[in-house]
Amino acid sequence: MPVNSILGVFAKSPIKPLQEHIDKVYDCASTLVPFFEATASGDWDKAVQLRKQISFAEQEADSLKREIRLTLPGGLFMPVERTDLLELLTQQDKIANKAKDISGRIIGRQLVVPHAIQEPFIAYLQRCLDAVALSKEAINELDDLLETGFRGREVDLVAKMISELDSIEDDTDDLQIKIRRQLFAIESELNPVDVMFLYKIIEWVGDLADLAERVGSRLELMLARV
Amino acid sequence: MVDVLVTNGPWLIGIAALFGFLMAWGIGANDVANAMGTSVGSNAITIKQAIIIAMIFEFAGAYLAGGEVTSTIRKGIIDSTFFIEQPELLVYGMIASLLAAGLWLIAASALGWPVSTTHSIVGAIVGFAAVGVGTEAVEWGKVGGIVGSWVVTPAISGFIAFMIFQSVQKLIFNTDNPLENAKRYVPFYMALAGFVMSLVTITKGLKHVGLHFSSLEAYTLAFVIAALVGVGGMIAIKRLKMDSKADRQTQFGNVEKVFAILMVVTACCMAFAHGSNDVANAIGPLAAVVSVVNSGGEISSKAPLVWWILPLGAVGIVLGLAIFGKRVMQTIGKNITHLTPSRGFAAELAAASTVVIASGTGLPISTTQTLVGAVLGVGMARGIAAINIGVVRNIVVSWVVTLPAGAALSIMFFFMIKGIFN
Repeated sequence: MPVNSILGVFAKSPIKPLQEHIDKVYDCASTLVPFFEATASGDWDKAVQLRKQISFAEQEADSLKREIRLTLPGGLFMPVERTDLLELLTQQDKIANKAKDISGRIIGRQLVVPHAIQEPFIAYLQRCLDAVALSKEAINELDDLLETGFRGREVDLVAKMISELDSIEDDTDDLQIKIRRQLFAIESELNPVDVMFLYKIIEWVGDLADLAERVGSRLELMLARV
Repeated sequence: MVDVLVTNGPWLIGIAALFGFLMAWGIGANDVANAMGTSVGSNAITIKQAIIIAMIFEFAGAYLAGGEVTSTIRKGIIDSTFFIEQPELLVYGMIASLLAAGLWLIAASALGWPVSTTHSIVGAIVGFAAVGVGTEAVEWGKVGGIVGSWVVTPAISGFIAFMIFQSVQKLIFNTDNPLENAKRYVPFYMALAGFVMSLVTITKGLKHVGLHFSSLEAYTLAFVIAALVGVGGMIAIKRLKMDSKADRQTQFGNVEKVFAILMVVTACCMAFAHGSNDVANAIGPLAAVVSVVNSGGEISSKAPLVWWILPLGAVGIVLGLAIFGKRVMQTIGKNITHLTPSRGFAAELAAASTVVIASGTGLPISTTQTLVGAVLGVGMARGIAAINIGVVRNIVVSWVVTLPAGAALSIMFFFMIKGIFN
């Protein structure tokens, strides 16, 4: 017998799934570090396996994304705009897609980052992942934001996180310029096609930070509509 | 015609009492989810505790504060002068109303519609009086007031909930040390809840128990009770086990633990309010039947409430809760919603206060409606992650449908009963 209850009024909260999604996205992107280390040491079996892991995490993120979209029907009254929430989700998901693209391209072309720029490249990747980690942290503040009714101190805290995210993204831009210069200096010794793709990979890794920053700015927009 | 009442008097009272009891049982079974659902849904109390709280406080509310609304249902909706010639019509009509409202409740529950018990009984009484006797037999002004209150009370309750929640945010959540502030201020919210409940009970409810207080005495007594509740809350909060990890994350968790204690108090208030307001829907018509039959067909609006009527309704509600409520609660327990004690308390306190104050004025309002209003109020303060507007719309539609449905059923039964006894 169905129960008529006031509790039907409470819909499933989209906030927890959104946090789960960004956690999954971060897992996916952060696997890139061991992946690049495996390719550098020439361990392609391990690299392929890590690539599978990345791809699997991306699929899981996708299914989470689909689930959130389905549980957000039009007739929901939420403290934040529904469109903002869905936009945020889309941005989050792009990070995982980008990580998958990077690993796919590396495997597909058996591409190895030249020894000379190995170390700065990993540092650059790490910095970009810092941006992703920070965006994850900011999204994980959402339940506290809800607790405070999207007001006051908690909002300031998140705003601070977002401005820090911007500065990390600036950092990665500088690192990207440096690493391109280093690659430019040695590119005459390398296979031209590989070099083309290396530039592409460097750009894509930078995109991880860009996308993380965009997640932050989406969150900022969401909070600004108070 | 009056001899019908004399010869069949005991029968009529018996039937009315039976239907009244069934109706009370239905109210207990039907509304327990609405009255206690938020407390169970936010994990502040267990299902077992909810049932026990509901039993004690529904009974207390029904017995101590249910008299005022009962008299409105009994004699406010219809103009009794039209029944002086044919008092038996009033008796038939009230019995028909009880049966109609009871059946409608059962049918709606089976279909899963959240109907309002208050709407169904008011619709039924208006229905039999307007069709069975004449439209002028209905006190349209009073009915208009009641219907108007169905719009106004959710709005008031929503507004109160909004204000309560805003104050909670200002005083507790949006501060440097939410936990300390929660420990400091939550007892005051408890005292406030205790104050509203006890004041209305003392001023409005204790007349028929034979206790009369002057307003100064009433305020003092309510204040003392409020202070006791507050101190009790302080002690309970002191004994709480907190997570010692003092990062912000667990702090909010701990704050919610403090609110969970407050929620126990508001759950009691909600049950009390529900009992005080909704028991009248079952026993108001019964009281009318009993007073007409006992006075040998004389319709006096001054007849006091017979002593056994309130307890009958109270016992009916509690039995409905106990037998049926458990199943309802388990269903709620299975689909626990994302509702934190700090939200649930604001909604419950607002709804309960609105209901109790309205009960004090004798208006039969809908408990469900005030609660929905309160939930929307907290939502407006951006406190709830997601409110399903579609469900809210369905609830409103079922309220609107209930009036004519109750009326149609009671008209049918009225002519049937009239045919049987005449």
